[in-house]
Order: sequence, then structure tokens, then C-alpha cells
Amino acid sequence: MSGALTVVGLRVARAEREILRGVDLQVPAGEICALMGASGSGKSTVLRSIAALQPFDGGTIDAAGFTLKPGPVPRESKLKGLRSRVGMVFQAHSLFEHLSALDNVMLAPVHALGWTREKAREVAMRLLEELGVAHRAGAYPRELSGGEAQRVAIARALAPDPMLLLMDEPTSALDPARRGALGDTLGELARKSGRGLLISTHDVDFARGACDRVVILSEGRLVEEGPARDVLANPQHPATRELLQHREDSPGR
Amino acid sequence: MMLVALLAVRGSASGQSTAKPPLRWGGDAEGGAPFVEADPADPSKVRGFDVEIAEMIARGLGREPRFVQVSWASIEQSVERGDFEVGMSGLEDRPELRARHSVSIPYFEFHEVLAVRPADRNRFRRLSDLAGKRVATLGATMAYQMLLDEQARSGLVPISYDDDVHPYSDLVAGRVDAVLLDNIIAERSLRRIGGFVIQPEPAATGHYVAVFSRANASLRDSANEVLRARMRDGSLEQTFRRWGVWSPAQGEYFQRVLSAAASPERDAQAAAVPGASDRSLRTYLPALLRAAGITLILSFLAMALAVSVGIAVAAGRVYGPPVVRALLTVYVEVMRGTPVLLQLFVIYYGLSGVVRLPAFAAAVLGLGLNYAAYESEIYRAALQAIARSQLEAGRTLGLSEWQILRLVRGPQALRLALAPMTNDFVALLKDSSLVSVITVVELTKQTAIYATNVGSWVVPGLLCSALYLVFSLPLSRFARRLERRWSWG
Repeated sequence: MSGALTVVGLRVARAEREILRGVDLQVPAGEICALMGASGSGKSTVLRSIAALQPFDGGTIDAAGFTLKPGPVPRESKLKGLRSRVGMVFQAHSLFEHLSALDNVMLAPVHALGWTREKAREVAMRLLEELGVAHRAGAYPRELSGGEAQRVAIARALAPDPMLLLMDEPTSALDPARRGALGDTLGELARKSGRGLLISTHDVDFARGACDRVVILSEGRLVEEGPARDVLANPQHPATRELLQHREDSPGR
Repeated sequence: MMLVALLAVRGSASGQSTAKPPLRWGGDAEGGAPFVEADPADPSKVRGFDVEIAEMIARGLGREPRFVQVSWASIEQSVERGDFEVGMSGLEDRPELRARHSVSIPYFEFHEVLAVRPADRNRFRRLSDLAGKRVATLGATMAYQMLLDEQARSGLVPISYDDDVHPYSDLVAGRVDAVLLDNIIAERSLRRIGGFVIQPEPAATGHYVAVFSRANASLRDSANEVLRARMRDGSLEQTFRRWGVWSPAQGEYFQRVLSAAASPERDAQAAAVPGASDRSLRTYLPALLRAAGITLILSFLAMALAVSVGIAVAAGRVYGPPVVRALLTVYVEVMRGTPVLLQLFVIYYGLSGVVRLPAFAAAVLGLGLNYAAYESEIYRAALQAIARSQLEAGRTLGLSEWQILRLVRGPQALRLALAPMTNDFVALLKDSSLVSVITVVELTKQTAIYATNVGSWVVPGLLCSALYLVFSLPLSRFARRLERRWSWG
């Protein structure tokens, strides 16, 4: 089956502690998959392993056709295939503070892919346009609102046209209205261009509204998965129920 | 009151009810033999012909001599401040000296002589043969003034030293083409290091004198009586013979001094410095501005070197393998842990056997490499202050480590480093005054020369401060503006 992402038996241990104990995960092209779990359940470790930002100890990762094996993280020169096909949006957007929004988006195409500045600018402006932040192209990250910065960060990750997009807690800095808008944007990204999206989140409403599928991670294991609406409407595993419980306890939405 | 009590106790202790206070006299033991040097048998004592003459004067006045160490260039200022009553240490008789202080009769006649390498013996016989050549001497002396006057005439290049040993070693090493100094110093250096010749024809004649504060003319007159008596009874001659500086010409000179005893002021004109004239602000200002330019160029070049080397060292310490990191750490700690003055000496004099750097290049190198250690620590801290997520964002975008450093980490670190860098540049601007020890005449040195020649620090000091501030204030403002523009959040 052609998937944007296939993870088999992913294991990560730090010192004595096992963080991931054999995680199997698939994200087909065109699908948005929510990776949910309590804090410390290993969501970030899954994303960072797939993005080759940290080593893992067992299993294999096939990310958009690029295979990662256990052991130390390969040198960047050996990861070029992965970098051009897998994009990542960080939790705190991590835009480059010294560059304008437009320059943030143009940086990788010009320097990593060797595009001309004209072509990079054209693509970057189109992405900013699609994400509704073209009017902020000249602004520096510190001048952007949380929602704007989030969109610029997505544009930056999309500029090299990756087949798989990883997102770490994309809604943490957004108000409810913005969350809905983000869901619409991501839906279009996945369906129109056939990208796979793997999104770590503990925002149940966002997962239900924006994602096709949900996988629940608890204590380093995948404990439940299925269509977002089914899993979140009718949770089977105690960890899933606890996640939903927390949401009802928390004030606001 | 306490002083009176102290003197009373002192008096009764020595059993003399009318004991006079000791005669405090100032000299520079760094000047060395035969003037004043630390006694090899007991380094807490000094010896030399100036020491013996000071003793003669003190005894003649019924007082005990007491030596006060003072740097040679400060003797005149110190005697006027009252640090001691008499200053002696091969002090040259000059019209300016007589205008500002009470000055004794000259007690020794010397000649300014030219020392050259043996191969140049026939080429460089007198100053006028040295157009465009580098000629060394002690700063703030009659000889230095002669070189400045010759510079105006023939384009000779005067090189000023803070001591009288290195001019000769640099002559032998080929760094300078000639040395103009007192025959006593020249002959002493010839005995010690050799390798050069002294031209027989003196370039000028001068005299050594003792200096007293302007208000203390009465002590000067008493001291003159003692000096004349010792010329007459031969004890001065004995002293000069003991130190190997006596000649029949000196005897004739004594006779002239003694026969002119009735009108001692005639001797005041004995110091015939060719071309010497009344130096004023107008004559010194161009030299001061030129020196300020040297300070500025030197500081900019040294800072450019410090920044480039500092960036490389910081990058090596952050990215390099353990061996490189260890070596660079040693470099940084050695440079920061030892005085920059010492480093300048090592680079200029210490390495002269291996590589003979011109003074200006040695100054840029010394200051630059020293400040590079400080800069590298600033850059290292700034590099490490950049959040890991910024670097990871660069990696996920497919940038290489080098591109991340150049495009993401470096530019952000540079903004963090800007304020401490500016502080360092202002500090470097001021530390550049240290390079005068390796003969570069920059702003502070030129000011010291100026101050010594006019006998006051007030105007030169104010001018010098103003020039430093003109450089440093706009820099600080500029940095504050940039910082505001680049500040985030």
C-alpha cells in the first residue's frame, strides 16, 4: 500500500526508561492523522524520530520513501532525500527571528534546493497567499500574531513541497476561531495535493473536526486507533477515556 | 603635628637635638649604570654617579640622602609636586626645564652621538645622512627633539623608545638604521651588546643637571655651592673616574663652570639643542591629531583581526572535535590569563629571532590576538544562546550545518554579541595606548611627550581625553541604535 508514512515497531529508550515500546503507525497519502496522548506519552518522540532529529533503538521508519534505521542520526548530507520530502512545523513555530516572513519561507528553497530567488519568491508568495498571510510578507516574526506566525511556519515547511508534513501541537497558541480555520486549511492541504499529515495534539475538538483518523498513544504504546469521529465518540481504552475526561474538566474549549 | 613629633623622636633617637630631615631625592633605577642602578650586592640600595652626587649634596647640606624611585619621564613633574626635593638621573639641561623649575649648575658634559651598524659606518656619519631612515632614541629627550627637527628637514623617521636598551638591540637586529643618544648610554650599550659603531663626531653637546621645584631656588643655590666645592676639591672627578666616564675634556668643562661662578646663568644656555624652540599648542596639535589617527587605524585593524579570529575560535569551540576544542580553550585561557603588555613584548622582542615584525604590525597582531580571546567568548556564549528549536527548524528544512551557522545561528548570535563587542572595541581603543612600549607613538604616548615638553598635563590631558571621547561616544551611540533596531519581542 502506498503510504506517506509507515512506522514499524518503533522503540526508543533513554537510559533505563523506555519511551516508545514498539509503535506501529501508517499515514496514507491524502490523510490527516492525529497523534494523541497525555503529556509524556511519547508523541513528540515519535515526531522527532521520523524527522531524524533524534536516534531510535528499534524498528524502521519509511517516511515518504526514505528509510531510517535504528542507531545514531545520519549526517545531514545523507538525509537530503528525507529533508526534501518531509516537512515539520514546530510547536512554538520557531520562525527565524532575524528574517521577514517572506525570507523565512524562501530560505530553504534558495539555499537547500538551489532555486533562483525569483522562483522561490513566486512559490513563497503563492503559499503565503493560500494561507491568508500574504499581506504580512514583510513583517518580522515578532510582529506577527500567534495565528499569523503559525501560518507562516506552515508555509515555510510546505515550500519544498514535502509529501509528509509533521506538526507538533499546532493549535496550542491559537484561539478557538483560529483552530477551526487551521483545520480547514490543513484539510485542503491534504486532499488537494495528496500529502500525508501527522499531527500531534491533545486538542480533542481539533482532532475531531480536522482529522480523518486518530491514534492514541499511552506509556509508549499505541493503544487505540480508528476514524476520528468513532474513536472520540466511543472510546474503548481507558487512556482515551481519560483524554476526553480531561477535556471536559478543562475550562473553555 | 605628627610629623613634628616623628622628627623629634627621630632626633632624640640618634642623639642629635638639631638633626635636619633627610634629603629626599628622586631618580630612576631602571635607567641603570652609570647613572642610577640597583646595587647587585644589595638590590634594596642604589648606586651610580648620580647616587654619589646626590649623597655629596645631602652631606654638604648636613643631611642624610634618601632615595625615591620615580620613572624617568616623571621626575620633573614629581619634584614640582613635592614628592622629593631633588631630581637627578642623567637629566638633560634644556631651556624649558629652566623656565619651569629651579635647575642646578650642569655637573657633567655629554655628547649626543650617532650609533650605526658597522656596514653603514661610512654611509651614515651624521643625522643629515639619514633622510627617510628610521632612527631610534628615548622619548621625551633632547635627542628625540633633535630627531623631530631633522624629520621636518629631511624626512628622517624618529622612533621613540621607553628604555635605552632596546634601541641598540633593534639597531643590531636591523629594525632601525641608527640610534641617537648620550655618549654614556651608547658606550655602555656597546660594551654590553656590541655589534654597532659610534660615530666620532658628536651630533650635539648637552649637560646633566639636578632639578628642584621652582619655589625651592634657595636649596638649589645651596646645592650649587656644594657642587662647585666638589668640582674644586676633585671629589666629583673621583666619582666620574670610578664610573669610567671621566675625560680630560670634562676637566676643562669644570674649569669653565668654576670661572663662570659669578654669573651661573650663562651656563643655562649651554644646552644648545639645534632648532629647539618654544613648543606650544599650535605646534603639538598636528602631532597629536596624527597620533590619534594612528590610534584609530591601529584599533580598527586590531578589532578586525580580533573579530575574525574570535569568530573562528568560537566556531571551533562549539563545532570542532575534542582536540580542536581543547587547543582553542588553551589559547583563550592563556590570552586572557596573561597581561597584554607581556604579549606585546613577546611578539615584538621575544620572537625577533624568528620573525622580525615591524612595530605597527606587531601592535595590531598583539592587540588583535589578545582581544580575539575575549571576542571568541562573547561569540561562543551568543552561539549557545540561540534556541535549539531554531537549529532544528533549519535541519528539517534541509540546510547543512554550515548553512545553519551562516544563515540562522550566526546572524542571530551576532545581534546578541553586538553590545559586548562595542564595549570591547572601546576598551581596545584605550588599551591601544599600551603599544607605545614597542615604539608605536599613538595618542597617549604623544600626549605624554607633549606633557613632558610643556611641563604640564592639564592641556595635553584634556585634549587627549577629548580625542578618545570623540572616538568612543559615537560608537556607543551607534551600537545602541543598532541594538534597538534589532531587538526582538
